[in-house]
Amino acid sequence: MNKPVKPEETGTILKVVGTRPIRPDGVEKVTGRAAYGADLHLPGMLIGKVKRSPHAHARIISIDTRKALALPGVKAVMTSADMPDLAAEHYEAGESASNLKDLSANVMARGKVLYHGHAVAAVAATSNAIADQALDLIEIVYETLPHVIDVEEAMAEGAPILHEQMVTAGLGETPTKASNIATKHRLDRGDLAAGFASADVIVETRYSSAAVHQGYIEPHACVASYAADGQTQVWSSSQGHFVIRGLCAKLLKLRFSDVRVIPAEIGGGFGGKTTVYLEPLALVLSQKSGHPVKMVMTREEVFRATGPTSASVVTVKMGAKLDGTITAAQVDLKFQAGAFAGSPVGAAVMTSLACYDVANFEITGWDVVTNSPKVAAYRAPGAPNAALGVECAVDELAEKLGIDPVAMREKNAVRNGVRAPYGPVYKNIGYVETLEAIKSHPHMAIPLGPNQGRGIAAGFWFNIGGESTVNVSINEDGTAIVSTGSPDIGGSRASMAMMAAEVLGIGVEQVRPIVADTASIGFSTVTGGSRTTFATGMAVVQAAEKLVIDLKRRAAETWGVEIDQVVWQEGAAHCLQAEKAPKGALTLAALAGSAGKTGGPIATVVALNAQGAGPGFGVHVCDVEVDPETGHVTVLRYTAAQDVGKAIHPAYVEGQIQGGVAQGIGWALNEEYVFSTGGIMENAGFLDYRVPVASDLPMIDAIMVEVPNPAHPYGAKGVGEVPIVPPLAALAIAVRHATGVRMHDLPLSPSKIRAAIDANAL
Amino acid sequence: MSKQRTAAIVNGDPVEFLSDPGQTLLDVLRDELHLTGSKEGCGSGDCGACSVIMDGRLVCSCLVLAAEVEGCRVETIEGLSTGSTLHPLQQKFLDHAALQCGFCTPGILMASKALLDANPDPTETEARYWLAGNLCRCTGYDKIIKAVLDAAAELRQDRKSA
Repeated sequence: MNKPVKPEETGTILKVVGTRPIRPDGVEKVTGRAAYGADLHLPGMLIGKVKRSPHAHARIISIDTRKALALPGVKAVMTSADMPDLAAEHYEAGESASNLKDLSANVMARGKVLYHGHAVAAVAATSNAIADQALDLIEIVYETLPHVIDVEEAMAEGAPILHEQMVTAGLGETPTKASNIATKHRLDRGDLAAGFASADVIVETRYSSAAVHQGYIEPHACVASYAADGQTQVWSSSQGHFVIRGLCAKLLKLRFSDVRVIPAEIGGGFGGKTTVYLEPLALVLSQKSGHPVKMVMTREEVFRATGPTSASVVTVKMGAKLDGTITAAQVDLKFQAGAFAGSPVGAAVMTSLACYDVANFEITGWDVVTNSPKVAAYRAPGAPNAALGVECAVDELAEKLGIDPVAMREKNAVRNGVRAPYGPVYKNIGYVETLEAIKSHPHMAIPLGPNQGRGIAAGFWFNIGGESTVNVSINEDGTAIVSTGSPDIGGSRASMAMMAAEVLGIGVEQVRPIVADTASIGFSTVTGGSRTTFATGMAVVQAAEKLVIDLKRRAAETWGVEIDQVVWQEGAAHCLQAEKAPKGALTLAALAGSAGKTGGPIATVVALNAQGAGPGFGVHVCDVEVDPETGHVTVLRYTAAQDVGKAIHPAYVEGQIQGGVAQGIGWALNEEYVFSTGGIMENAGFLDYRVPVASDLPMIDAIMVEVPNPAHPYGAKGVGEVPIVPPLAALAIAVRHATGVRMHDLPLSPSKIRAAIDANAL
Repeated sequence: MSKQRTAAIVNGDPVEFLSDPGQTLLDVLRDELHLTGSKEGCGSGDCGACSVIMDGRLVCSCLVLAAEVEGCRVETIEGLSTGSTLHPLQQKFLDHAALQCGFCTPGILMASKALLDANPDPTETEARYWLAGNLCRCTGYDKIIKAVLDAAAELRQDRKSA
């Protein structure tokens, strides 16, 4: 046995954090045993299905459900008449707030349908086939209304109005006339006119991006079981079962204690599974029928009625001196919210200039309702759209000035001590280190051939902390259980187990991490905002540290010494007074085995609201080749550097970066909601809504820059969202340098590129 | 609506089931045989989450009618490991962290098995094109391709030493 040392002498040598163990839930997932939302089967379970609007905008005149109810095998039919008519009330749900009145009308239309695919009624029946027949028997009379989907058209005078009572907030005075503009956001600093007056070069530019879907491969799914005594259980695949509980309880006026939500494994979310669609309907159907009800969306329903993120139009005016110093920036962001207010334009406003130290700026954002599905959070919501405009504008400026694009960004980079455009002063950020990582990367030295171009872009995301509860208990054999309320969407069980193992001084395989249901652990908000490894991880570390203190106390009592004479090292208590401990160290297993004699079970809970999440920065470089014959873009190579604070499990951090990049490439090149003139999405399937496939992509080199966040025990920062921010601009810039043409409207589809090349050749 | 009786071999075991004429193999695997490892991501053959191997051929089980498997051998994710020993593909997916949410993983593993059955030494490009029918939204495919190529190398080694 080595001589025990005091903790302060052990330094910060990490044994588990920073390694790459196999995830604890891995075998379940490679053997098909992991149970996702649609995998549960209960006795007597019915199938629930939704009747959806065939119109983009219409008044509901009448709904007749009698024929459907009369069909043998149909056990319940519901409409919005079966749900409480709620007043406007905001409910905080992690990253975003929901207006309960709007949310209720989104899950089941009330009075009007506001988009094609909007839920109007639902049935529960004994089979899929009967449920389908019943949907056809529901008779609905509509009065169709003119619709508007394009964000600028929706803002225009004379546009069809979605909500007759909606007036624009944020104008300074309350308007009297209804508008589709829900809110005007504004952020400014300095003297814009003076800033532009001092510029040697000014660019004015405009970039748009289409609505895109999160595209998780698992469609929304749940099972609800309402018991005669009012106690309900909901099995649901979501990013936050506590938020599902809260929203169900609020929408249906149930007691929180009566709603137990059990988290199924989640098959991808990316922000899109932080709200409810099916769960309240399944609960009502279960209550009405007296049976458990399973509801699973089809892929078409996922596209037509969930997600997407906002289509947007971003205009940027930016001025700089000959040396590259940006003197002024004016950014205008128009965001499609879908059927109800609440696009991520507020975050777009705050993030748009977050990489730049600019003295004079004015940023305006517009949250605009349209006859399309209500947008949901999508990975760094709002930031990619904003970065598309700003990063391309910076590239235009750099090109005009003849300055290298990395040098242009270094010249204007935010550093520690600089006040962020959105308010706080930056501390412990790693942006310039990330720029440096790209500058010195071998990728930058690779020569480009004909029709090839290189694009460089930066990106920012806040990352959040927030509320988490964690239980850690030591089993009788000295192994540990870590329970959290945070759904594991991409390997977080592994990082939780690793952090607990690190503190306890045991192997990661001796820690079993589980995601506990809403009745088995205290409140934890969604897995979103890149918060889980940071915030829930902080709670895990604090809980494990509390246990170590408890274990040291137990050892001290056993040895009859003061607790300060005990150190915890390598999973055992060591006595600094060797003569008091003739049998040597007391291992975790030994202490656990005799816990009954030293105070009982070894377990603790930590509930916290984590503060101090470190903002994240990424810098991406990509090379493309454009086929001048077809306009097709091939991504040749892609390197993404990001400040991650400290990578707890580096393989899953790389995975977050690679996955975010792939989604960004899809957003830039392929993906878009295509609407018919009638307001119907024409590509509601994976054949026509084309997400990147394996043969579309190269290997993605993920470079982890580690500038630790002192607020986290191991220095972790959120990592999941930053990587989707730069790719839109990086691809657009690369295509510009490959073709000589600036493309302003995403996606950069072959037909658009061909047309742009042809127009440029004239 | 009369149901049809079908007999097949699933993961080496004989099974019999009744199905409606419109039911797919995926419906039967999931709802009748309770083999829920095969997933439905689209129901239209575009995502590959329901990939199984039918008489040696990779298929989307959502595009196969249940009655079509009469007399066929069907391999699903539940049959990929041997007892408690993982198939090298499964092990390499774990070693390389080639899954995040894990929803596409069963289909990708079956598609990868079909690839390595047909081509024990694929290039990166061949692996990427073979797996182009299997969508993964989490990983960007990088670690998946590395895991498949690594498993291929190990299987070749195993074959050599056998």
